[in-house]
Amino acid sequence: MVNDRPENILTVDNLVVDIPTPAGVLHAVRDVSFGLKKGRTLGIVGESGCGKSVTVMAIIGLLSKKIRVTAEQLKFSDMDLLGLSGRKFADIRGEHISMIFQEPMTALNPVYTIGEQLTEGYLRHRSATKANARNKALRLLDRVGISSAERRLNQYPHELSGGLRQRVMIAMALMCDPDIIIADEPTTALDVTIQAQILSLLSELQKETGTAMIIVSHDLGVISRVADHVLVMYAGRIVESGTAEQIFATPTHPYTQGLFSCIPVPGKTPKGSMLGSIPGVVPSLIGDLKGCMFRPRCDLASDRCLAQIPAVNFPVQHHVWCVAPVEELKERSEKVMLF
Amino acid sequence: MIEKKKFLFEFTDITKTYHVPQGLFSASRSLNALRNLSLNIRQGEVLGLVGESGCGKSTLAKILLRLEHPTSGEIIFSGKPFSEIKRSKLSEIVQPIFQDPYSSLNPSKTIGQIIEMPLIVHGNHDKKNRRHRVQKMLELMALPSRMLNVYPDQMSGGQRQRVAIARALITEPEMIICDEPTSALDVSVQAQVVNLLMSLQQKFKLTYLFITHDLAVVEHIADRVAVMYLGQIVEEAMTDEIFSSPKHPYTQALLGSVLTPDPRKAAPKINLGAAYPNPIDLPCGCAFHPRCPKALLPDCSVIAPDLVQFGKRNVMCSQINLNELRS
Repeated sequence: MVNDRPENILTVDNLVVDIPTPAGVLHAVRDVSFGLKKGRTLGIVGESGCGKSVTVMAIIGLLSKKIRVTAEQLKFSDMDLLGLSGRKFADIRGEHISMIFQEPMTALNPVYTIGEQLTEGYLRHRSATKANARNKALRLLDRVGISSAERRLNQYPHELSGGLRQRVMIAMALMCDPDIIIADEPTTALDVTIQAQILSLLSELQKETGTAMIIVSHDLGVISRVADHVLVMYAGRIVESGTAEQIFATPTHPYTQGLFSCIPVPGKTPKGSMLGSIPGVVPSLIGDLKGCMFRPRCDLASDRCLAQIPAVNFPVQHHVWCVAPVEELKERSEKVMLF
Repeated sequence: MIEKKKFLFEFTDITKTYHVPQGLFSASRSLNALRNLSLNIRQGEVLGLVGESGCGKSTLAKILLRLEHPTSGEIIFSGKPFSEIKRSKLSEIVQPIFQDPYSSLNPSKTIGQIIEMPLIVHGNHDKKNRRHRVQKMLELMALPSRMLNVYPDQMSGGQRQRVAIARALITEPEMIICDEPTSALDVSVQAQVVNLLMSLQQKFKLTYLFITHDLAVVEHIADRVAVMYLGQIVEEAMTDEIFSSPKHPYTQALLGSVLTPDPRKAAPKINLGAAYPNPIDLPCGCAFHPRCPKALLPDCSVIAPDLVQFGKRNVMCSQINLNELRS
């Protein structure tokens, strides 16, 4: 992962995001490191407030100026994203890194037509004619499965259903053939049938274009089906990372294990049985934070957890930030594995 | 076992029509949110109601709560005509839990006041008794008693949803309508709420109408499942039967799109076409035929199928009806 940097199209090393609030500094993201390779999909999973969205917003440079973003490295290919001016960043956004947001109704501007919004970025980044941009938009709308694309270009977002709007968002993200697509909960607002369609469309397009993707979701099902590599985040930190197979077959961090025990899996969880739960609530991220943040909710917690938590390397790529005895973690992981 | 239980609700041929304005100079058009829908809800069962947004799930819930009146059709409640039951009486028997605990609790009232309110509305003037019942309800929800004087914005999403459940249960209703009760919550909190709802149901022998798009939760909690599409029930059966052998092509597509966590599998290919039809311009014949992978044209675009019973299962699909009749 981090070792074979040359291949990485995106390198994030010790990303820290601090948000000043009246009550003190909120440490939204701490020491997040990962690499993203060309054509691969990274899934970030966690509950609300765990810092998954803030992480990707920091990468694409969409956080407010008041928010402090630091990192040892934040690189797209060989370009340092950290020191970039607003204008320079705008050159990258949409052209090299593009984003699909959760709510296609709020992400699309209601007073511009689909066509105007689709071509805006293309016209900004490429010195193309309007006709060229329109052709490209037509091709992409067709590709994402929107029928009568010509007519759609002149329609406004409110004339489209939620599923169609999300397809428009995907087409928009693809307009400039980006190297990386960031999808923040791309299917959360959609019906299950549409969710499946959108996800398989994303995978298909990714295979065709070789684009790398970061997909952020709270839905373990979505992450397991789409991601090659998974980061599990809790309270602003990565608590476990590994390939999707590793994470879902041997969930090892007590938080990952807790999370997995919470969801009913048809055909696996006995019907009507009590689901697992994680006692307690998510801690406040304001002020001095020490040791493992999951400590107050963890039944394996001990005094060791107050110290800094090093990553424990399981064979190849699987990292777990927990100091509990490995044997104990492994034993529990068999009980909650999801497939 | 469940067959012997008596019906709490019997819906026959319920239609609900809304008039949708089409602008200043056009006549308004009618939208049939429910179309000749028949459904029975048995006492003490958990009935899961699933379907895409806009299929009429919530309209059905509103009719049950008497927030809306059906345009036509008959509803029998516990053997009596529904219209004869006073709304105040009804609200003692049927209570809702809504999706979003952030908007369903009054932010200017304390938790104690919120949970107590239904008792006051229903004419309980004994302050001591009310206090006692609120206290007991908090214990039941595993909320500490200091929460009585706390405002909703000081609570987490899971706690708020428990307050909403406490408020629904304080009048000791027979039936709870759960309209997406866990969708707005985080995964770990969702599990707590599902567990709580399951144990309350067993403890008080409650009847649930459980409306959700989360099919994994439905499979876990429901005894019976009704699948809705464009204002109609297209399939209805015991949960095991639906999940082990869905018959209607729409049910099959819905179940096929459930993403069980499995990294070895890709996202499923759903052969449904993108567009959910406009409920104002319903497709003729079977309303599902434009999206149906098994539609036989022109038959399916002409003949509107009926809900037909096969054993313990009801299915609305002319293809299946014919096949089953032959065999």
